[in-house]
Amino acid sequence: MKKLLSLVFALITSTIYAQDPVAMLKKIDDNMYSATKISTAKMIVHGKRKDKEIVSKGYSRGTTDSFTEYLSPAREKGTKMLKLDDKLWIYSPSSDRTIQISGHMLRQSVNGSDMSYEDMMQERKLVDMYAPTILGEEEMNGELCYILELEAIVDDPAYQKIKMWVDKEHYVPMRQDLFAKSGQMLKTINMEDIRPVNGKYYPFKMNYKDVLKDGKGTDFIIIEMEDNVPISDNVFNKANLKK
Amino acid sequence: MFEFLFKGLIRDKSRSLLPVIVVGLGVSLSVFFVGYMKGALGDVIEMNARFGTGHVKVMTREYIKNISQKPLDLSIYDASDVIADLEDKFPTMDWVKRVSFGGILDVPNEQGQTKTQGIAGGLAFDMSENSSDLKRMKLKESIKKGRLPNAPFEILLGEGLAKRMKVKLGDNITYFGTTMDGSMSFQNFKFVGTIGFGTSVLDDKTFIISLKDAEYILDMDDAAQEIFGFLPNDTYDEEKVQEVKTIYNASLKVNKDEFAPEMLALRDQNGLAYMLDMSASMSSIFTVFFIIAMSIVLWNTGLLGGLRRYTEFGIRIAIGESKKAIYKSLILEALVVGVIGSALGTLLGILCTYYLQEVGIDISSMMGQSNMIMSNIIRAQVVPQQLWIGFIPGVCATVLGALLSGRGIFKRQTSTLFNELGV
Repeated sequence: MKKLLSLVFALITSTIYAQDPVAMLKKIDDNMYSATKISTAKMIVHGKRKDKEIVSKGYSRGTTDSFTEYLSPAREKGTKMLKLDDKLWIYSPSSDRTIQISGHMLRQSVNGSDMSYEDMMQERKLVDMYAPTILGEEEMNGELCYILELEAIVDDPAYQKIKMWVDKEHYVPMRQDLFAKSGQMLKTINMEDIRPVNGKYYPFKMNYKDVLKDGKGTDFIIIEMEDNVPISDNVFNKANLKK
Repeated sequence: MFEFLFKGLIRDKSRSLLPVIVVGLGVSLSVFFVGYMKGALGDVIEMNARFGTGHVKVMTREYIKNISQKPLDLSIYDASDVIADLEDKFPTMDWVKRVSFGGILDVPNEQGQTKTQGIAGGLAFDMSENSSDLKRMKLKESIKKGRLPNAPFEILLGEGLAKRMKVKLGDNITYFGTTMDGSMSFQNFKFVGTIGFGTSVLDDKTFIISLKDAEYILDMDDAAQEIFGFLPNDTYDEEKVQEVKTIYNASLKVNKDEFAPEMLALRDQNGLAYMLDMSASMSSIFTVFFIIAMSIVLWNTGLLGGLRRYTEFGIRIAIGESKKAIYKSLILEALVVGVIGSALGTLLGILCTYYLQEVGIDISSMMGQSNMIMSNIIRAQVVPQQLWIGFIPGVCATVLGALLSGRGIFKRQTSTLFNELGV
């Protein structure tokens, strides 16, 4: 019996460590990022008194460029965001102003949600920012996952350390625990509803939870997504904000 | 007898000068310390009451649980009803709405592009002509440049903030933040003036708009983040405040709604309980400490003086004066020294306090990034308490010192004296 247990343990360990964590991270990046993507999404900010829903349409190109237009509610309709590399602009029709958000202001919450502008601005691939280590395996949100620990290798990461549960089958992150340099956990992101989109797999429901805040966090639900579709260069242009 | 002792003290400086100096310095220290504590702590309490806590403050129960985050979404709904109820229950008090919020201020250039930008905290007051807050906050007196807002969407910046943002009067400034229900809020304001309250926390990080504008840009229709209550003449009275709080909270006890209003007293906020308690107990602690320390010092001085006057006491005993009478005269001498030293010490202490009251100590360079609401200049305050807080302990300590040191007289043996005198 002992021998059998040892054999099973050895097999499990060898399977885990046979995996190259960097290669695993590349697979995650390949799955999560596309040349172009168009999606309509609903953000539900769970408040203590009531929930708030914001619907937006987003266009993205690689990891660097994205454009988002708010479709509802009425107060936000017409508000647009443009991200080019590491710069972010927001246009509001009510004030007819385009404001660039930069530096530490990117850590501000978006619409009182648990997401910051920084969270929305993932401008680099994980493999370029973090050194991964495989910690083990565990079931998370109904999927069997590898547990990865990512330690930042760049100077200015939004999060110094990430503990990530990655679906073994499709290499989709199922949960992320995000840590500050001090070791303090800042946020958790839970992913559900994995769906195939043009040969890739993507979580259609994400819950962002700022652990320093009370409440149920913020749900980000994708209503519709198109992958690898042509998008005009004009979309990713500052002139498009005021149109 | 008194005249005889007094003349003796005046003529023999070694019997009076040192004790008077010791008592005087000790008393002046106590008197000054009380004035300094009253001034510094009183200022902190007054600033906090005006800007952060009121004498009492009404918020929702859920808001109180997260009070450090100042969550706008947990504000009071139907604020006019709550204020009407407060005015009905406590008609002599002044009830005002206040909003404090955060956001990004963005200054555009001629092309409408961002020129400068910064995160700042906003404060909103009722700035209408007959507003009690306008007077209480000394807004008119605190304007350093420009004027108060008198039209919609005009903004005042703290002096330090305006300097950092490099804006000039008349510039357009866009506020970008989040409304009470979490929507994005953008509003253009006209920069009409700078304000200086004399505290770094406010002057370097704060902008001020009218309450009406704040309610508009934050979607706070008939909502109130915080309702401040002030006692008549803005005079803080701990007992009265506790009474108001108890009555109001008891009246809402049956209401189990987590968003029902609840009242906090000044001492329940910003860690002020510790300061108030410290302020109340510090004078008595210091007085007791002073009496003990001074008694030891004066006992010692008395012993030294006693040794020097050993022969005098001997002769006085030899010519028939009783030990009791000598002991009494010593105590009377101490009383005279104590009264003179304490009076001089009180005068010196009050003069030092007055100097610090008028001139103050500038601690702005030490404030750094502190978030505590306190003035950049610490000032002492001359208070009636200073007239007795050092004087009585000063006299008591001197007499106690004499009582202790004079015990040696009773140990004096007449036989030894005759031996010493070689009679």
